[in-house]
Amino acid sequence: MANFIDRRLNSKNKSTVNRQRFIRRYKSQIKKSVEQAINKRGVTDVDRGENITITKKDLSEPVFHQGKGGIKDRVHPGNDQFITGDQIKRPPQQQGQGSGPGEASNSGEGDDDFVFSISKDEYLNLLFEDLELPNLEKNQLDKLIDYKTVRSGYCAEGVASNIDIVKSLQGSIARRIAMTSSKRKKLKALELELTALEDDKHDHIQKISNLQKQIEVLKDKVAKVPFIDTFDLRFRNYAKQAVPTSKAVMFCLMDVSGSMDQATKDIAKRFYILLYLFLTRTYKTIDVVYIRHHTQAKEVDEQEFFYSQETGGTIASSALELMVKIMDERYKESEWNIYAAQASDGDNWADDSPRCKKLLTENISYIEITQRPHQTLWQQYQEVASSTDHFAMQHIKTVEDIYPVFRELFKKNRKKAA
Amino acid sequence: MDKRKPLSDQCDWNFDLLNQYQTEIDRVAKHYRLDTYTNQIEVITAEQMMDAYASVGMPIGYNHWTFGKKFIQTEQNYKRGQMGLAYEIVINSDPCISYLMEENSMTMQALVMAHACYGHNSFFKGNYLFKSWTDASSIIDYLLFAKKYISECEQKFGISDVESCLDACHALMNHGVDRYKRPQKISLEEELKRQKDREEYLQSQVNTLWRTLPKNNEDVEHRKPTFPSEPQENILYFIEKNAPLLKPWQREIVRIVRKVSQYFYPQKQTQVMNEGWACFWHYTILNHLYDEGLVTDKFMMEFLHNHTNVVAQPDYNSPYYSGINPYALGFNMFIDIRRICEHPTDEDKLWFPEIAGSNWLDTLHFAMENFKDESFISQFLSPKLMRDFKLFYLHDDEKENFIEVAAIHNESGYKKVRAALSEQYNLSNLEVNIQVINAEIDGDRSLTLKYTPHQEVPLGDSKDEVIKHLYSLWQFDVKLVQDNEQGEEEVIAQCPEKSSILETKKAS
Repeated sequence: MANFIDRRLNSKNKSTVNRQRFIRRYKSQIKKSVEQAINKRGVTDVDRGENITITKKDLSEPVFHQGKGGIKDRVHPGNDQFITGDQIKRPPQQQGQGSGPGEASNSGEGDDDFVFSISKDEYLNLLFEDLELPNLEKNQLDKLIDYKTVRSGYCAEGVASNIDIVKSLQGSIARRIAMTSSKRKKLKALELELTALEDDKHDHIQKISNLQKQIEVLKDKVAKVPFIDTFDLRFRNYAKQAVPTSKAVMFCLMDVSGSMDQATKDIAKRFYILLYLFLTRTYKTIDVVYIRHHTQAKEVDEQEFFYSQETGGTIASSALELMVKIMDERYKESEWNIYAAQASDGDNWADDSPRCKKLLTENISYIEITQRPHQTLWQQYQEVASSTDHFAMQHIKTVEDIYPVFRELFKKNRKKAA
Repeated sequence: MDKRKPLSDQCDWNFDLLNQYQTEIDRVAKHYRLDTYTNQIEVITAEQMMDAYASVGMPIGYNHWTFGKKFIQTEQNYKRGQMGLAYEIVINSDPCISYLMEENSMTMQALVMAHACYGHNSFFKGNYLFKSWTDASSIIDYLLFAKKYISECEQKFGISDVESCLDACHALMNHGVDRYKRPQKISLEEELKRQKDREEYLQSQVNTLWRTLPKNNEDVEHRKPTFPSEPQENILYFIEKNAPLLKPWQREIVRIVRKVSQYFYPQKQTQVMNEGWACFWHYTILNHLYDEGLVTDKFMMEFLHNHTNVVAQPDYNSPYYSGINPYALGFNMFIDIRRICEHPTDEDKLWFPEIAGSNWLDTLHFAMENFKDESFISQFLSPKLMRDFKLFYLHDDEKENFIEVAAIHNESGYKKVRAALSEQYNLSNLEVNIQVINAEIDGDRSLTLKYTPHQEVPLGDSKDEVIKHLYSLWQFDVKLVQDNEQGEEEVIAQCPEKSSILETKKAS
């Protein structure tokens, strides 16, 4: 006797929880691995899973077990040359003589690394853990543009497909009880009277037939109360709920003057990619606008933005002005969440810097990539940073700084802590 | 024997065909008096098989990272092609659950059904160890209870606390079995009913134990009775009942791990027999079907090809050698027992007077029901089989600079080889012997354990880590001692480390 059960369609991810537990437990090691990986990775392939390496030693689950040494008696198969009393030279150490079953499990494992891969989502989760977009709450209050439909109670009118059967029948029962109770009471009273009369030894034919008539009428009335009435119908009600707009635009502003070399641009590019990935976690659609500038600003495509060579001086305000112009034309503040990231090596005409300060209105991250001391732009921006809370600035010196700086910029509750 | 129309030997299986094969196998199994639990045969995919792997054979497991780690390891190995998955997994439960892989061909499914659903299943039901140590009908319920209890604890006390408690219990899992006492069977309802009472009762017991009563000085003069009065080998049980500061829910978790460990205890001791029995029956049943003409030559070729792979035993100098293959040893021993019964030689009559020439089916059932690996080998391993396997016995003493061949498969060696092989499967030699010898109930509440080496084998390096886990459960000083050559107890591991205290003592 046997029952066959086809389990193939059951969920196959029974181990998911345990896998998450594993990742949770080794989060610190995994995170370290992720952080190392982000800087090693090419610019274009940030958006995929990652191989994680953990040393086996960290993973071990210790149990009491027998160590090496002592006397070991073993039986082996396939004797082709030995006779009793033979003495065999001990094989050199680490050559693990084949051991019996049940013994090989604990000892003799090297310090091999435990390598496994995490998915893209897990990777990004770890990468952006504890980070949040600045001022997101505020923007949600400001810009309630999109709506989604949500359930919200019941109403008396609606389309047939939205009828809630349980609620409607509850109404029907209530109405029937309410509309018949007085009649039923009367009916009961009459029926009692009737039985009393019938039990009486005297004749009350007239009275009885009268009562019977009345009872008939009442029963009729009770029966006429309809089972369900349009009055009972209840419809599921839906309401529109405002959700924060899920559109965002990201302005990438970069100085391409002669002082910016390819390595510096590369650092900037990695930073932009991180920012882009981070924004994709909150917004469904993201437009990216590339603005590069030397003394004049220009909107360009990605290729040109990162790879074309320009020379000349630097007027940073030109880019900011262009950004404001594009915002006015295409990205209304009421509809779009606007993020701007400006990367520069800090060179700027000294008298242009105060102008830049005035132009800063949106959520802006400023990163300065330079090995040299800060210049006027940095100082002016510092004032901006202290006076408003949608401006953040950081200083990157080498490639290794990108990820820590990024984290610093978007650390949760940064503003509240400050 | 009248030939019947053979069953289809097509490669792809379907449920209809599975049913036909199962019916035939069932009929033959009954013919050989195989008594089984009801079979519940579940067809699963490779991914689900990996899930089953990760939970180490428990159909319902509580959540813990170690299962996640096992899953990731299995997945990695499988994806890289470093390992194939088993054709089946069978669970000692009533009804007996067997998982069949979707990828198997029809022949393989038939093999697996005969192997798992009739071989292993009847072993689970018949063998004395399983009978007395596990309760097949309640294990699923118990695991369900355990899973629910642990997830409730996680909600109440946080994942981290539960996790570290489980870590500590897992480290001591092998020391959670009473080897000599038979556990009682209890059902889920009782378990639930008793769990609450137990919680309160245990705590009150512990409180009584640790109550600090003022003592008269005279008492101190007497030799203090030690606690426990006799050494305890079941460390987890001792912790559950006596650890001073454990919370009730932690005691329950210790108990759960202990129960799971106990459930697997018979499996560890019957590997050779269990696999040998299952192999013997898939071989015998399918051959019986072939003799009846129910399966085709093509079917048999595929079956024998797989069967031969499973029961192959590489020689000691083969690159594939990794110890004795329990499938090979077990299968050949059962075949050999049948041979001794049916066609005994003079040698067999000398070595096995009580079974030579007896009814082979009776003898086989007797062997399956009443032995474990260790005793099975010392009872039934015949000289012929030792010759066939060319077994030889190496004596490796660390103090010598050579390894000695202590015995080989010859007249003077048979008994020695057999005894040595039997010892090799003796669980109490393989697992370390550590016992609780003293808990200082009157003093600093420290716990002392003693390691008694088997054949002078020292304790492995992980002892310090395990002691830390033990310390986390006991929460007072824990030390592990071992007798040194002078017969004095010497501390080989302790937690917390005492070096700094020793230094201060020296200084003062």
